[in-house]
Amino acid sequence: MKHLPPRARRRALAAFAAGAVAAITLAGCSAGDTAGGGAVGGDGSFDAVEAALEKGGEITYWSWTPSAEAQVAAFEKEYPNVTVNLVNAGTNNEEYTKLQNAIKAGSGAPDVVQIEYYAFPQFALTDAFVDLSQYGFADFEDDYTASTWNSVTDGDAVYGLPQDSGPMALFYNKAVFDAAGVAVPTTWDEYYEAAKAIHAANPNAYITNDTGDAGFATSMIWQAGGQPFQTDGTDVTIDLQDAGTKTWTENWNRLVSEGLVSPTSSWSDEWFRGLGDGSIATLVIGAWMPGNLMSGAPDGAGDWRVAPMPTYDGTPASAENGGGGQAVTTQSKNPALAAGFLWWLNNSEESISIFLESGGFPSTTAELSSEEFLSEAPEYFGGQKINEVLADAANNVVTGWSYLPYQVYANSIFGDTVGQAYQNRTDLNDGLTDWQDALVEYGNAQGFTVNK
Amino acid sequence: MALPLARSGRRDPLNPRKSTTLLIVMIVYALYTLIPLVWLLFSSTKTQAGLFSSFGLWFADDVAFIDNLVATFSYRDGIFLRWLGNTLLYVVVGAGGATLLATMAGYGLAKFRFPGRRAVFAIVLGAVAVPGTALAVPTFLLFSELGLTNTPWAVIIPSLISPFGLYLIWVFASESVPTELLEAARLDGAGELRTFFTVSIRLLAPGIVTVALFTVVATWNNYFLPLIMLSDPDWYPLTVGLNQWSAQAIGAGSQPIYNLVIMGSLLTIIPIVIAFLLLQRFWQSGLTAGSVKQ
Repeated sequence: MKHLPPRARRRALAAFAAGAVAAITLAGCSAGDTAGGGAVGGDGSFDAVEAALEKGGEITYWSWTPSAEAQVAAFEKEYPNVTVNLVNAGTNNEEYTKLQNAIKAGSGAPDVVQIEYYAFPQFALTDAFVDLSQYGFADFEDDYTASTWNSVTDGDAVYGLPQDSGPMALFYNKAVFDAAGVAVPTTWDEYYEAAKAIHAANPNAYITNDTGDAGFATSMIWQAGGQPFQTDGTDVTIDLQDAGTKTWTENWNRLVSEGLVSPTSSWSDEWFRGLGDGSIATLVIGAWMPGNLMSGAPDGAGDWRVAPMPTYDGTPASAENGGGGQAVTTQSKNPALAAGFLWWLNNSEESISIFLESGGFPSTTAELSSEEFLSEAPEYFGGQKINEVLADAANNVVTGWSYLPYQVYANSIFGDTVGQAYQNRTDLNDGLTDWQDALVEYGNAQGFTVNK
Repeated sequence: MALPLARSGRRDPLNPRKSTTLLIVMIVYALYTLIPLVWLLFSSTKTQAGLFSSFGLWFADDVAFIDNLVATFSYRDGIFLRWLGNTLLYVVVGAGGATLLATMAGYGLAKFRFPGRRAVFAIVLGAVAVPGTALAVPTFLLFSELGLTNTPWAVIIPSLISPFGLYLIWVFASESVPTELLEAARLDGAGELRTFFTVSIRLLAPGIVTVALFTVVATWNNYFLPLIMLSDPDWYPLTVGLNQWSAQAIGAGSQPIYNLVIMGSLLTIIPIVIAFLLLQRFWQSGLTAGSVKQ
């Protein structure tokens, strides 16, 4: 992938930044000038960050992660001159809307903000985040897995540091598989056969749930080798009918059209119920899932296990699903201090250990290969060393994926297009084509040049 | 103009014939509105696990009503109480102020002749038609310029304006405050303000209560405006706060607390149900005011 110099690119995308607020929120309002302020004081080294941490000050941090409170407390203890105002400004989309509004208004954004990987390009390319390479953050590359580092950087620019990661694996309810007498699938063909067997054994049980989830679909396309979104400056190419995408739809169409997936929305109370009582037998989902199962589906304790994600041809392959990091906004009045907090948050052993305790799955290579981490054997998973499987998945993430520079919007209209195909059990390819048409139109209207 | 009454539909209004169809429709409607409430009541007695393993319209094995109640008020250092206080603040200042402004303006427009009255009428009628949701983003940008976002004012000030309330008082005042009475008061030497506060306001009481009820319900349930305006949970009203609790179940590191969301929702609707039951007779008389020309 080629890259324009970040400066030129930002200017070209300025019009888009102004329009995005209207698109994400409900009302249409005219485009105005964007928040300026790419100029940030910094002498290009990590010394400036250390000096800022020593000097102290006050910063605001937006996050909805469960570990944030304990991390902020630990940070303030270690750096008593710094005050961090922790604000939960909403979970994912809600926070992005508020951030986008604050960027549009030119004030009100926090210093440090939590952003999921899929949303990084949208904010990074519109001048919302400070390029941390000026503080020497490029040196941290080796501390993180390749796929997460790739998600927070663009060429030489470093727009944040990764926190958690979500290499995909197959979470399955062993009790359901045993009852139906089915072996754990290693390929998607076996998965399809298992889906039929489980549903035949118990009409209330399904292999998994899926009502059309953009995050899941894009990750599945990722694993199948699809690269539907390519960005080069303001030129965007969208091809939701490439070979990889078609590999996935061929696999998933049969499950949807034959009614083998439960029509339950993820994260609903019904979903948690299904995970607890065995009516949803597997989840192909990010490695951050164990903690959610333990807290959200306590009835499933002892039944769940983890296996590698099924593959198409037997070669291990995974994809990132969810996960995110933190970034410093260009509205920050003390970016060096904000960068210091970000560095401590996602690079210090102390903070990462708090994060791990809260059930998070790390993006740092040191933790992913540590004996202590790999040997954990939670009782919920019948004493299985699940982190061995999950860490292995992190090494098998297919390379070459990128999200759209307006992926937040894209995901928000997924239900209107591909979701319809799910609901009517029609060809997912038709839904994806509709999605693509809508994305091309939107991208062109926002000042991109979009090719199909 | 007198229209002939339809002969076949003529009935004794004091002793209407019973209609089976109507009865069934009303029963279905009553069930439709009551079942979610019954579900809420039963669910408020359940633990997080009980919610997932029991039938919705009956008790689970463990009854945890008191536990849920205590947990709702103590979760995150009692943030629920703070949200309750915020909602009360927005209701008292916002809805109270809206009622006062609507009453004074509606009365003034109904009882005084001045240039531009027609223009005001047109603007108010137009404003009734614009949904508040459509104005939320422009209002946000405006308030952002003023540096008022993320403060209680960002919720209170927009709540102060109630075009519908103004219109209602206007109609009500035209009908129920006789101009002759005002002239008599003026002849007796009462100033306009004194006339308003001692004479007119009493005659307007049913209309004022109706407007108050409308604005209280609107501010109590206000969701989209505070969602956009506020990013600091310390200023959230109950609606936005409960949504945040509900959103805790989503994504990596999720911590579902559906039992607290349900108990919180129950506690949130109780005051508004009480207010409605106490004030509904005023609402009815206010709604029909002006519908019949005497």
